[in-house]
Amino acid sequence: MEGNTLKRKHSRIRTAAVIALVVAFLFALMWFLQCLLMPKYMKGIIEGAMTAEYYDSKEPHEVIFIGDCEVYENISTAELYRKYGISSYIRGSAQQLAWQSYYLLEDTLRYEKPKVVIFNVLALKYDKPQKDTYNRMTLDGMRWSSSKVDAIKASMTEDESFIEYLFPILKYHSRWNELTSDDWKYLFSHDRVTTNGYYMRVDIRPQKEFPPAPRLTDYTLGENAMSYLRKMASLCRENDIELVLIKAPTEYPYWYDEWDAQIVDFARKWGLTYINYQDLKDEVGLDMTTDTYDEGLHLNIYGAEKMADHIGAFLVENYDLTDYREVPEVAALWEENLRFYDDLRAAQQKELDEYGELRSWGIGAVEN
Amino acid sequence: MLFTSYKFIELVLCLFAAYYIVPRRVRWPLLLVFSYVFYWLCDPKYLIFIGTTTVTAWGATVLMGRADAKAEAYLKANKENMTKDERKAYKKRLASRKKLFMVLCLLLNLGILAVTKYTNFVIANINTFLSKGNAIRAVDLIIPMGISFYTFQTMSYVIDCARGTCRPEKNPFKVALFVSFFPQLVQGPISRWNDLSKTLFEGKPFNASDFGSGLMRILWGYFKKVVIADRIITGVTMLISYPQIYTGVFVFCAMMFYAFELYCDFTGGIDITIGIAECLGIKVTENFNLPYFSKNIKEYWNRWHITMGTWFTDYIFYPLSVSPKMLDLSKRSRQKFGNGVGKRIPVYTSCFLVWLTTGIWHGAAWNFIVWGLMNFVVIMASQELEPLYAKFHGRFGLKEKSGYKVFEIIRTILLMSMIRMFDCYRDVPLTFKMVGTMFYKFNFNRLTDGSLLKLGLSASDYYVLLAGLVIVFSVSLYKARKGTDIRSALRGKTALAGFVMAVLFAVIIVFGAYGDGYDSSQFIYNQF
Repeated sequence: MEGNTLKRKHSRIRTAAVIALVVAFLFALMWFLQCLLMPKYMKGIIEGAMTAEYYDSKEPHEVIFIGDCEVYENISTAELYRKYGISSYIRGSAQQLAWQSYYLLEDTLRYEKPKVVIFNVLALKYDKPQKDTYNRMTLDGMRWSSSKVDAIKASMTEDESFIEYLFPILKYHSRWNELTSDDWKYLFSHDRVTTNGYYMRVDIRPQKEFPPAPRLTDYTLGENAMSYLRKMASLCRENDIELVLIKAPTEYPYWYDEWDAQIVDFARKWGLTYINYQDLKDEVGLDMTTDTYDEGLHLNIYGAEKMADHIGAFLVENYDLTDYREVPEVAALWEENLRFYDDLRAAQQKELDEYGELRSWGIGAVEN
Repeated sequence: MLFTSYKFIELVLCLFAAYYIVPRRVRWPLLLVFSYVFYWLCDPKYLIFIGTTTVTAWGATVLMGRADAKAEAYLKANKENMTKDERKAYKKRLASRKKLFMVLCLLLNLGILAVTKYTNFVIANINTFLSKGNAIRAVDLIIPMGISFYTFQTMSYVIDCARGTCRPEKNPFKVALFVSFFPQLVQGPISRWNDLSKTLFEGKPFNASDFGSGLMRILWGYFKKVVIADRIITGVTMLISYPQIYTGVFVFCAMMFYAFELYCDFTGGIDITIGIAECLGIKVTENFNLPYFSKNIKEYWNRWHITMGTWFTDYIFYPLSVSPKMLDLSKRSRQKFGNGVGKRIPVYTSCFLVWLTTGIWHGAAWNFIVWGLMNFVVIMASQELEPLYAKFHGRFGLKEKSGYKVFEIIRTILLMSMIRMFDCYRDVPLTFKMVGTMFYKFNFNRLTDGSLLKLGLSASDYYVLLAGLVIVFSVSLYKARKGTDIRSALRGKTALAGFVMAVLFAVIIVFGAYGDGYDSSQFIYNQF
């Protein structure tokens, strides 16, 4: 009798152990498949790798830029350091919407407390979630926290499900038939793609004429987007951070005067500095025949460095920022950043000289 | 709400967790709550319809039960005072009163079904008949999800109660659960009260082995549905949407693709339903038994959508066959045509009506009606040709040869698939035309010119489909040969079963055709 009970007990333990092993195997298998199937964003569209790259950064940052391509392509963080000793980071991603910027700022404050946050206002033109692919590029790389959960909830389009963010394999499973060698190469690791969030391009394609700006029926910036700007301002105020609003110098997509007036008004009410660089192109020294790589939509490295020179001067003049060139531990870390910056610049220049165009960078770059 | 929606899966997972936490006696009420939540999530308006069906069925059956009880008491009390004839007359009166309750309930519920599902079909036909375009405007009616299934299931309960083969349930909530048990609400099976109620209200204790087995069946269902059916549907839709382009050999492709799609979709859905029920310790009637292994159409219909077939047999064919009018027809036709032909006329008439209603039940379109009648024609023809076949088989001795059996199976699949084309094309004339092109347009070269890769299916999709169908065929073959399914063979082999489930799960997740997926072409760089 006792023997039978013991036998049954052993059998139950064995079954439980087998089930535990099977569950462990299932989790391992799913985790491996998820790592394999998620886009790596190491070539071509690298914007999807930017959000996560922030967590690899070791040096402190006194200036944080937040926004879309109008910051991550238009301001050289390396130049800011090289010329002024400002240690900065751009937390930007493709079509990064206002609420995403807010939650990325909230996320950033978990790791460090900058002195100045600079937000580019173009994204305020969007009041509703846009495309899931852009959402994923910004949000997939975020570390899990309440900020990420809130960012997802605020960003989801009607067709998206939270569960697909929780288990990205549900979103990316269909990539099984388009896997490349890069998917295997970067299965458990990744390369660096930016210099502290700055996306470099050395090629030149002069600005062309843009189509005339379409008339809008209503020029009021959306309440949802503006509410996040207010939240951003409050968050900075609570944390004793200076919030600076900027509008990048590029003219397309359009930034209407009516919108600008609303931002001017907002900045005045909140006591913030707002700089519209569209009005300061000459002061910055931008030449849109040489300082853009895509016909005026974004700046290339020459334009981005000029922008960094100007904004750096403003920052040094107005805020009590540390010259990190004088702080050996940070300077050593920045040396590494600068080396990456210079190497990337040289590599792009070499390819440009060789082919007359960039083939390994940008949307046209082919994955291996 | 589809079986493949995240909401459905979340609901089921919540149910599994809650079901085994709560005490056994509240498990069936919990199931009722989940069923109504499911229906409410689909559309809160649906609740009015299912609620009406439930209340009327419960009301009618309770009245029947009361009448029975009253009669029983009366007969007992007057046992000595009543003659045999008086007792007989009393019982007859009782039966007709029960019949009245039944008829009223049937009229109301079948009326709801008819109005919601067929009103626009009738309007369209009247307009066509009057040649007046849209003289009568179509009406915007709600068609509650699964209304055909739950109405038929509920009506079987009401009829069984009236017949006395089923005891009326006094608890309205139990009737409500029988009507609305959500896993089978979407696509059946059409359960009978006497079968489902045995385990539905029992709240069986958790059994790891049954739960695992149920889980495996759910996964198997999802594999068929998500990996095969939901992938191949892209090709089917493309092929039937452009009949001017896809003729001849492409019609054959559409026919076979649709045969695989329908099989995997329907049996997959039923596997999910039965699997969920099994996980909850509930036994749901099987609806399929290897239909594509049938050697003739009659056998096919005994193996395909079994619960629908038996429903029509029990509640339409038999009552029709023994109805006074049919018996009268039988008598008169025998007198006129003799025993041979005369005997068949009432049978074929009943059969015709059964297939007509089967067609109408499937959908509000002439396509379905013609589909039903085509089935009738083929079944009748094969029955009529039976002696000829017997003679042929007797002379050549082919019947027992395995090659001939395979031929019979393929013949049945092709025939059924061809009839099923009425489900696909826009209307009946187009279906006839397109099926016709298979027999005179021999454009076989188009199969190798890359046209098949323009149907929304890539080469890798075809490989997945091929692999999936080979797996489905192998599993079916195993069952056909061994008489038992693989799940039964894996019972007790925890590690192997677990490994199979883990791999199956991974395959569904990776190769399943679900969700929006990831489309890198969505990036428009300058819109950043």
